Amino acid sequence: MASAIRKEGVSSGRVDMDTAQANFSDLHPSYDAHEALVAADRCYFCHDAPCITACPTSIDIPLFIRQIATGTPEAAAETILEQNILGGMCARVCPTETLCEEACVREAAEGKPVEIGRLQRHATDTLMSKDIHPFQRKSLTGRKIAVVGAGPSGLACAHRLAMHGHDVVIFEARSKGGGLNEFGIAAYKTTNDFAQRELDWLLQIGGIEIRYGHALGNSITLEQLRADYDAVFLGMGLAGVNALSLEGEDKENVEDAVAFIAELRQAQDVTALPVGRRVVIIGGGMTAIDAAVQSKLLGAEEVTVVYRRAQDAMPASGYEQDLAQKKGVRIVCNAAPVGIEGNGSLTGVTFAYTETVDGKLVTTDDTFTLPADQLFKAIGQTLAGAPADVVLEGGKIAVDGLGQTSVKGVWAGGDCASGGDDLTVTAVAEGRDAAENIHATLMGA
Amino acid sequence: MADLTTTFCGITSPNPFWLASAPPTDKEYNVRRAFDAGWGGAVWKTLGMEGPPVVNVNGPRYGAIWGADRRLLGLNNIELITDRPLQVNLDEMTRVKRDYPDRALVASVMVPCEEAAWKEILPRIAETGCDGFELNFGCPHGMAERGMGSAVGQVPEYIEMVTRWCKEATGLPVIVKLTPNVTNILGPAQAAKDGGADAVSLINTINSITSVNLDDMSPEPMIDGKGTHGGYCGPAVKPIALNMVAEIARNPGTLGLPISGIGGITTWRDAAEFMALGAGNVQVCTAAMTYGFKVVQELISGLEQWMDEKGHSAVSDIVGRAVPNVTDWQYLNLNHVTKARIDQDLCIKCGRCFAACEDTSHQAISMSPDRVFEVKDDECVACNLCVNVCPVENCITMETLQPGHIDERTGKVVEEHAADWTTHPNNPSAAAAE
Repeated sequence: MASAIRKEGVSSGRVDMDTAQANFSDLHPSYDAHEALVAADRCYFCHDAPCITACPTSIDIPLFIRQIATGTPEAAAETILEQNILGGMCARVCPTETLCEEACVREAAEGKPVEIGRLQRHATDTLMSKDIHPFQRKSLTGRKIAVVGAGPSGLACAHRLAMHGHDVVIFEARSKGGGLNEFGIAAYKTTNDFAQRELDWLLQIGGIEIRYGHALGNSITLEQLRADYDAVFLGMGLAGVNALSLEGEDKENVEDAVAFIAELRQAQDVTALPVGRRVVIIGGGMTAIDAAVQSKLLGAEEVTVVYRRAQDAMPASGYEQDLAQKKGVRIVCNAAPVGIEGNGSLTGVTFAYTETVDGKLVTTDDTFTLPADQLFKAIGQTLAGAPADVVLEGGKIAVDGLGQTSVKGVWAGGDCASGGDDLTVTAVAEGRDAAENIHATLMGA
Repeated sequence: MADLTTTFCGITSPNPFWLASAPPTDKEYNVRRAFDAGWGGAVWKTLGMEGPPVVNVNGPRYGAIWGADRRLLGLNNIELITDRPLQVNLDEMTRVKRDYPDRALVASVMVPCEEAAWKEILPRIAETGCDGFELNFGCPHGMAERGMGSAVGQVPEYIEMVTRWCKEATGLPVIVKLTPNVTNILGPAQAAKDGGADAVSLINTINSITSVNLDDMSPEPMIDGKGTHGGYCGPAVKPIALNMVAEIARNPGTLGLPISGIGGITTWRDAAEFMALGAGNVQVCTAAMTYGFKVVQELISGLEQWMDEKGHSAVSDIVGRAVPNVTDWQYLNLNHVTKARIDQDLCIKCGRCFAACEDTSHQAISMSPDRVFEVKDDECVACNLCVNVCPVENCITMETLQPGHIDERTGKVVEEHAADWTTHPNNPSAAAAE
């Protein structure tokens, strides 16, 4: 396939089917039962364990690992899922190296933490492979709650509400649920249609209806939801993307990284996806890394991530950066885009090196141009379609510690809400906690 | 360079490592390979009466417990004595001893508790050229039900009687193998000595059920839905064996009786510990069954290195060296006061010391909000549990308080002189003794 790799421009079929399948296979294959026992044995069962504190959903990690070690991964899964109903996905996509595994005392002791993420996956996969849903609904309350968005926060909120006996209707803009789990995560992190399987499994609780193709502002309004339901939870994520505000941004093959990632996740045959010979990604977060690595896996010859600040400021974790570099992605730091080149089609991107002057990032006159036939923008997502009457804070829906917005009876969580990192696990925690507060509010507890 | 040549109750071998009587020494093929690998001696798998041999079960003979990575910690067996004809064994022993004259070859024997039986078989076995006998009074399963093995070893009178018969029947050294399945090992050991034994060897295996199959509700190993107790051995039994060896080594009645140490010896260090507690040599089985005969190379190199480092030139230099320090509780120095010390640089903040002390000991470790763990001297009784549960070696150590310091727990000054329970004012017998 050497010639396909060197083909100029944006082209599909740069790698053959076998290579593509290998490239997009599971990044961390699951443990077999014995591997899990050995890995579990490394856990010290710490007192008031630092890993629990580091987990946004406060999973009792030492307990679930001990349950694995004693041959009951199903019980371990229940320990995980009662705190984090999307524990299966979080086991795959959590940046554990900056959360539980960073806090693991064995990381401090020997630089090799207990592999908590993989152990969590072993437990949740074991339970889900048996199609066991370990939770039941309490007696029905007759209350109905509207949830906007079937992403991690909305699903976590809906499940917890359903457990408390409430009925939930989820309004989802797309034709599929899962949110970023389905559309926003690199394919090699969640193989075999896991996001949809997890969604189906979650819905086994009952009492949750998903209505697809409904977004705030088109077919539904917050006013109407407030009138028709006992409470509303907003978890619609960040549907907008930031622009570079450069001339030429409208050129063909100048694209949003999130759209590329979504397209790749939905593709039946990834070899049919076109990718450039020389790809440039602007940004420094997980989206940039996911787009870069996947470009490389699709057969792009040169892939460069350009980030405007220093490497240690990159929002993408060190692990993700290492992964990208291992896959052959080049990371250039301290450079900001100043020009999109090409008389007609895209030929390159010009950057200016940056400096920090008096605490402010400024561009210098020192520039360079990277040849490129495809450019992905990964410089952040923005809240789109927020109802006019909710107060925003830093571009997101302002919420208090309980997840309540400025509008009575309306809660919010996940990426669209203020506070917390934009992580699946954080979204789950916020959705779950908002559900608890909705329940307490409705039931007068 | 240390010389590992060992003479044990008159039997000389190039090193103190013998293979114990067990499946590894069942036949010529194995024992030749063991000697080629470097083993100093072998106690041949127990021989029985002339006639139809015993039969073994045809299902599993072993049960086990493991650590997390399948490290074998304890093994249990329900195998009986040799199930091959006596003459086959004798012919093989003859050939092996002829070809390996420098190695110790000892015959393990188990026949019914009748004078004629023992007196008939021993001279016949001696014709193989073997260096001595080991009387199997230890096996706790199968043979015991037939009045042999531990059924003899649990009755000191029988031990003494059979030992005497054997000493009358042969001029070769007689080693009596003791069962640990008794309340006090000194009775059987004394009986062996009184019967004229040249040495004792211990421990044989411990009565045990290793696990229960919770699906079939049967002990393991399970034979057609049922199980029986078997003999437990391997690393897990070492502490039990060490104590029994030490008791015999320090008891006035049995002091000086040569001991062949057996019980979970897996590394050179285990062997050195047995010898320090009075064993003149050691016998190994489970380690060989787990890793093969090659482990003897590490046993030899490790013991040599350690002896060189300590300046010991001969095995006899180390035998029994720790025995004077084995004492009774009542003679331990109650004026020796220690306190746990946590090295904050080594601490990884797991909090296990805190959980152990707070929940199950003396509430003598404090925990700060930022996970700093510190010992409260006014509560610490120096129990050492924190040391034992700490996953970091040498992170927690015990510091000895020097005389003149105040023990904050008791408020008393640490005294210079030693004092034990025999003179303690709380001891009702202490005053009478004065």
